[in-house]
Amino acid sequence: MCRRLGDTPVVSGDPGTVASADKLLLPGVGAFDAGMASLHGSGLVEVLRLLANEGVPILGICLGMQLLFDSSEEGVAAGLGLIPGVVRRLPVDSPVGPVRIPHMGWSRLEHCRPHGLTEGIGEEARFYFVHSYVVVPYDDGDIMGVSTHGSRFVSAVARENVLGVQFHPEKSHRYGKALLGNFLRGF
Amino acid sequence: MQVEPRVIPVLLIADGRFVKTRRFSDPVYVGDPVNVLSIFNEFVVDEIITLDIVAAKSRVPQSFDLLQHYAEECFIPLAYGGGLTSMEQIGEVFRSGYEKVVVNSLLADRPGIVESAASLYGSQAVVASIDVRGGRDARKVVIHGNGDVVADSPAGWARRAVDLGVGEILVTSVDREGTGIGFDLELVAEVAEAVDVPVIAHGGAGQRTELALPVLESGASAVAAGSLFVFQSQERGVLINYPPRSQIERLFRPTDRAHVEPRE
Repeated sequence: MCRRLGDTPVVSGDPGTVASADKLLLPGVGAFDAGMASLHGSGLVEVLRLLANEGVPILGICLGMQLLFDSSEEGVAAGLGLIPGVVRRLPVDSPVGPVRIPHMGWSRLEHCRPHGLTEGIGEEARFYFVHSYVVVPYDDGDIMGVSTHGSRFVSAVARENVLGVQFHPEKSHRYGKALLGNFLRGF
Repeated sequence: MQVEPRVIPVLLIADGRFVKTRRFSDPVYVGDPVNVLSIFNEFVVDEIITLDIVAAKSRVPQSFDLLQHYAEECFIPLAYGGGLTSMEQIGEVFRSGYEKVVVNSLLADRPGIVESAASLYGSQAVVASIDVRGGRDARKVVIHGNGDVVADSPAGWARRAVDLGVGEILVTSVDREGTGIGFDLELVAEVAEAVDVPVIAHGGAGQRTELALPVLESGASAVAAGSLFVFQSQERGVLINYPPRSQIERLFRPTDRAHVEPRE
């Protein structure tokens, strides 16, 4: 999708290559501990922390967003700690009765504050979600957008140059394309 | 509606081509996978499930390069199933650009691999496909492409899959697949009541107006169909199609469809 947007992405797990990036997409599928173990294994944890401190824009996607936080109920590993907060399991009980977990499918994004990442993306936009856990930032100011699966949950965060979305923009067709385009062109 | 029910085309791969079967046999050529997928991509469908029905029997998936080629121009969620027998192969599916793997025979043959895959890649990435033959009181779970029978009820088999860690159940009525005679709503309800993960109903969709029934009446979270989205009629002339978003929203609004009766 980045290629379609006219960019030249490099897919890498090499610390040297990652360290030279202008912008970083941190994707992730799987369990929290496995994700952190994989980052540790390839020597990327320190690189990511360094880049985050240097102001390099980082966009975490799905598990990649969860890894930006301190810890997760899904495991015991420490996260990257770039955004203060924890990751919790999606609640089954909700105001509309019990919901099925994982949350899978298309949901809308309610904007909590304007941000360059979501510029031009209206309330009608739908994004594709596949997840059982959600982030809970300690600082409400880090919340960019929320979505609803029975209960409302935080689906987009931004703390300075560190950004994260719970949904999959690369699988959310035109709306995802718009959001990734904002990330690649803006900032 | 908070999570919108997904309406999912199921596309069957056979030797590098998309085909459509009827009751798991009698395959008709539908088209080149890359072309068909790019059309569905333009329709912005909710999700696509691809199943290799040749690999399901031979237990050998086709090349992952080919699977990656299919996925490249698809900016919507994709699942793949068929002939996966190892963690290495499952990893290849994800690396090829698919969000989910679909397991079926593996649930019986090597349940440990299903468990490992769910724990490594997360429950949300592993779909259990349960094929069920027969109607009321005589339902049998079958594996190996409708070859062997499993000694368990659809509900029991679904619960077992969830215990292994799968995050979603695709339940297919073998007898209705490709026939357009309507979903087996009883079967779907039986499975949806047995588990608390999302259930996708598949097999028998003949008209767009029926798509919402498994969700509104049987507790499914999603519906899947093959013929309905690749043929223009029961004569099976190929016409790739998908309901517009406005029609899907209308169909799934409970009040608007009181006039649609389930067909037996």
